[in-house]
Order: sequence, then structure tokens, then C-alpha cells
Amino acid sequence: MFLNDDFVRRMRRNGMAMAGLGIVVVLFCVAIFANQLSPYPPSHIDTTNILAPPTWSHPLGTDVLGRDVLSRMIHGAGVSLSVGFVAVGISTLIGMILGAVSGYYGGLMDRIVMRFVDVMLCFPSFFLILAVIAFVGPSIWNIMIVIGVTSWMGVARLVRAEFLSIRERDFVQAAISQGARDGRIIFLHILPNALAPVLVAATLGIASAVLIESGLSFLGIGVQPPDPSWGNMLTEGKDNIEIAWWLSVYPGMAILTTVMGYNMLGEGIRDSLDPRLRR
Amino acid sequence: MSQSSPLLEVKDLKKHFPIQRGVFRKVVGHVKAVDGISFTIEPGETVGLVGESGCGKTTVGRMIMGAYRPTNGEIWFKPEDDVERINLAALTPSEMKPYRRYAQMIFQDPFASLDPRMTVREILAEPLVVNKLAKGAELEGRVRELIEMVGLKIQHLNRYPHAFSGGQRQRISVARAMALFPRLLVADEPTSALDVSVQAQIVNLALEIQQRMGIAYLFISHDLGLVRHFSKKIVLMYVGRVVEYAPAENLFGRPRHPYTEALMSNVPSTKPELMGRKIILKGDPADPINPPPGCPFHPRCLYAQKLCSEDYPPLREIGPQHFVACHFAESLDLRGCDALGCVI
Repeated sequence: MFLNDDFVRRMRRNGMAMAGLGIVVVLFCVAIFANQLSPYPPSHIDTTNILAPPTWSHPLGTDVLGRDVLSRMIHGAGVSLSVGFVAVGISTLIGMILGAVSGYYGGLMDRIVMRFVDVMLCFPSFFLILAVIAFVGPSIWNIMIVIGVTSWMGVARLVRAEFLSIRERDFVQAAISQGARDGRIIFLHILPNALAPVLVAATLGIASAVLIESGLSFLGIGVQPPDPSWGNMLTEGKDNIEIAWWLSVYPGMAILTTVMGYNMLGEGIRDSLDPRLRR
Repeated sequence: MSQSSPLLEVKDLKKHFPIQRGVFRKVVGHVKAVDGISFTIEPGETVGLVGESGCGKTTVGRMIMGAYRPTNGEIWFKPEDDVERINLAALTPSEMKPYRRYAQMIFQDPFASLDPRMTVREILAEPLVVNKLAKGAELEGRVRELIEMVGLKIQHLNRYPHAFSGGQRQRISVARAMALFPRLLVADEPTSALDVSVQAQIVNLALEIQQRMGIAYLFISHDLGLVRHFSKKIVLMYVGRVVEYAPAENLFGRPRHPYTEALMSNVPSTKPELMGRKIILKGDPADPINPPPGCPFHPRCLYAQKLCSEDYPPLREIGPQHFVACHFAESLDLRGCDALGCVI
């Protein structure tokens, strides 16, 4: 695969990429061990301790219902990550299939798929998502699917471009002359050689999916309270921002760090895969 | 019956690539990459297809392999001795599939012709797996035979192509092409990306395999000296057309086309006193989009006369099996490699 020695060595030397990787790994651990790490259950209400500022018993303070902010943030990490991964998984799958078909077969097929991509790109995607969610109702699964089916266009174009160039290489011609079928050529010869840029796009895509999920939850059509998510914590925090800054600042920082982590990792992978592309 | 028809007969083969401009992709002209060429290959013999860069040699090879559909012409191929020959040019890609294994190809660029994500074992096993010819232990045995046949070792099977030199990669390409026991091997400049010392090794390997397996070769090259070495017949192309087509000994003994003479005069010589006779052609090869009227070679020809710029000289037989496209083939006294003392 493309994860050869050279790639690993360049990644190691790339400080930004390693920092990004560190953030992502920490987030993963937090999400997986959420129950062990959080001091309180995320929906544990303590009406005697409302809007308490950060103290030793509540390191990041409590909200209007006296719930522990740190515990809710720890549980929110899982939401962000799962939305990010599932949404990107869906969009990468759609993008790879359409891009592969378009690039490999060309002609009329290519024109139809690429015009469809253009049409999809015409919609301001956030408002498209808003409209669809308003229609199908907000839930974490709907969000994942809707983000996935509205963000595959970049991957499709990328995969198509890779297919167009790899299709003309001699080893593909050799496979054809041996009598290999289309499926074998697409999946065994071309796709493995086209994966590197897809990996970069997917990593960067997770960052934007996390951001969209936070945005939707902030607007109240994402993850529904009482389930915690960084976005809906921000919403609750904005009403009390003058008296309880901790309600907004910590979830905001979590979103910032996560998005930055994935972006740094994605760009690090891109630079390490092909050092010539480096600016 | 089987003796009478050749393995491959190419008749009046043409490939014109349309040039499209503008939003509506209007066709504004054609690149006449191959413009009517004919030749035959008998079973087990080697034919050299020679010409300078851009003359259409590779396009001919790719049409025989079915990578391009000919604009015009016929490609008669006889996949097995007791099978009727078929016109590949008339088949759709799916109809062609059962015949593909009988013709295989070696490519010019050894760095592009092997899948970088596959080990040598997977590369050599693929043709056998795809055609369901072997599996399991038998497959492994065949793969080992193939790698040893081309002079590499069994432990090389686990490596990826990037671990090999150009010459070794070309050996792997040869092994892959031989996996299906083809009747015809199209070798598209297999040595031009290699060092001279390695070139000889690859050519010798190919010849050794040819003798053992009785495969016919279409050897595409720009190097007359190299092709002379082992070709029985030579097809010389210039801007999409055949200028001379003859058995090798006749061509090198007495070329009949000025272009052939010019090429031969540039092959290194063992008689330095003759070196002064090197013919340097002026200008560039004709533009295949817009070839000059008459003979396409006339602007560069040392012997050109008025007729040459007016009439296209058709390919005609002037000796046994010797075809030339020149108005003055009989009257010119041209010097071939034998007179010039070419090396090889």
C-alpha cells in the first residue's frame, strides 16, 4: 500500500502532522472510554449546584440544570467522531463509485455523472442539509446520512481525475490484453493506485463533517437534548454567556481543536505522500 | 490449409484521430496517425516495424492489440492452427475477449507497465487467474517457472516492482506476456528505455524464448541496427505510411527508398572512411494532420523531382517480396548497410 517506509519517515518528521495525529488519537481514547473518564453521568441533574463556576468537583463548571460540563463534553466527543466517520464513510463510498464509473467508462456516463456533480455543487450545502433535516426530522442517524449524501462531490471529482490518468497507464492495458474483466481492472488495478488522495480528502472531510454537525446541533436540528453534543452545549451556553462563560468556551474549544487536529493530520498526510506537492 | 494463411495479416490499416475544437466539439481535422499500411507475419517469425518518433508505429501495435479501433482496414489473425482466421478489426471489445490471450504485448516504459501495488507473484499470476488456467499449487508452480525462465529468482516473487531495475522489470514484463503461451508478441520498443548493455540481454532473452516457444514477434523500434539483428522482414514507416517493406537481407543489401538509405547511413559504421557519407535529413517529419502533397517525404528527400511533389507514390512490388513507395525506386542507386559497413 501507500503506507510505505518513505511515507512513515516523512510523517514522523512532520511536526504538524504528528500534533494532528496526537489530537485525533486523544479524542478517540476519550470517546471510547467516555464512561470511565467522565466524573458524572452526562445527564445527571444537580439542582443545588446550578451554573457553578469551575471548581475541583466540577472542573469545567455546571450548566443551568446543574449538569457537569466536563462529563457532557466527554460524551459529546463520541457524537462528533461517529458523525464525522460515518458521514465521511458514506460520502467517500458514493464519491468513489461515481468517480470510478465516470472516469473509467468516460463518454456519456462521464458527462451525466459530472453534470450531476455540478448540480449538487450548486446548492449551498448547509441550507440543503437544513431543508432535508427539516423534512426527515432531526436525529443523529439522519444527520450522518444527510451530511454523507451532500458531500461526496469532491471525492467523485478526485477519483475521476485519478482514473482518467491511471486508465491510460500501460499496466492497465496489459491487464486488458490478458482478458481481465472491467471489475477486476477497476478494483484491483486502478482503485488501489488512486487511494492516496482519497485518504487525504477523507481526513479533511471529517473535519468539515464535525463542523457541520456542530452547526446543526447549535441550530437545534442536530443531536437533540438531553443527549450531549458540542453544538447543542453551545446553544445552551449562549443564553447565559454573560454570567457563565464556561458553558460556551469549553465546547467551542473542543470543536476548534478537533477540526484543527483533522486538518493538520490531513495536510500532513498529503505532504508526506507526495513531497513534491508541498508549497 | 494451415500453411497457406499467415498468422497475422494487416490490410490497409488506418487510424485517424479526430481533432475537436470548441464547445460543440466540432471536428476540425484528423491526425492521420496510420494511413493505410499492410504487412503479414508468418507463425514464429519476427517482423521489425521501424520508423522515427511519431510515425505511427505504436498506434499500429495498439490496434493489433485492440486498444484502438481502426478507422479502416482489416486485421486477420489466426489464433490457433486449426481455427479459421478472424478479422479483429471487425470485433467489438467483448467479442474480442476470447482471442486476447493469443496476442500479448511488451511495453516501452518498464516503469509504467507493472502495477506498483502488486507483488511480482500477483503480476505473474494474474493472466493465469483471469483466464482460469491454473490455481493453488499449480498456479504457484507456473509462476515459479515463469520467473526462472526470464532469469530472475523465486525470492523475487514477493517484491514490488519498485525494487527492480529497468532491465529486471522488462524481464518481468516478458514473463507476464509468456504466461498465456501467446502466438504473437507485440514488443513496443522494449529496449529503448534501457542501457545499451541491458538492451542486448533483453533482446537475447526474447530470442531464446522465441526459439523455445515458437512465438511470432512484431518488434517495434526506431533503431534499424537493432532490428536487423533478428528480423526476417522489415516494415519501414514514415508519417503513417509504409515506405519500404522487404525481407531484411534485401533491405539492408539494397534499399530502394531514399528514406531507408538515410536511416542506414546513420547507423554506426565499421568503415570510418565511409562515414563522410552520412546523410543528414533536413527539417522535421511531415505533419500527420496536414501532410504535403505528393510523396510525404519529398521536402526532405535528396533525390526529389517535380513529380514527387505532385503524385503520391503507391506502394508497389519491385522485387520478390520487396515493396517500395517511391516513383524512382528502379533508377536510384542507393547504398545499403552492406555498402556502408554498418555495425551489427
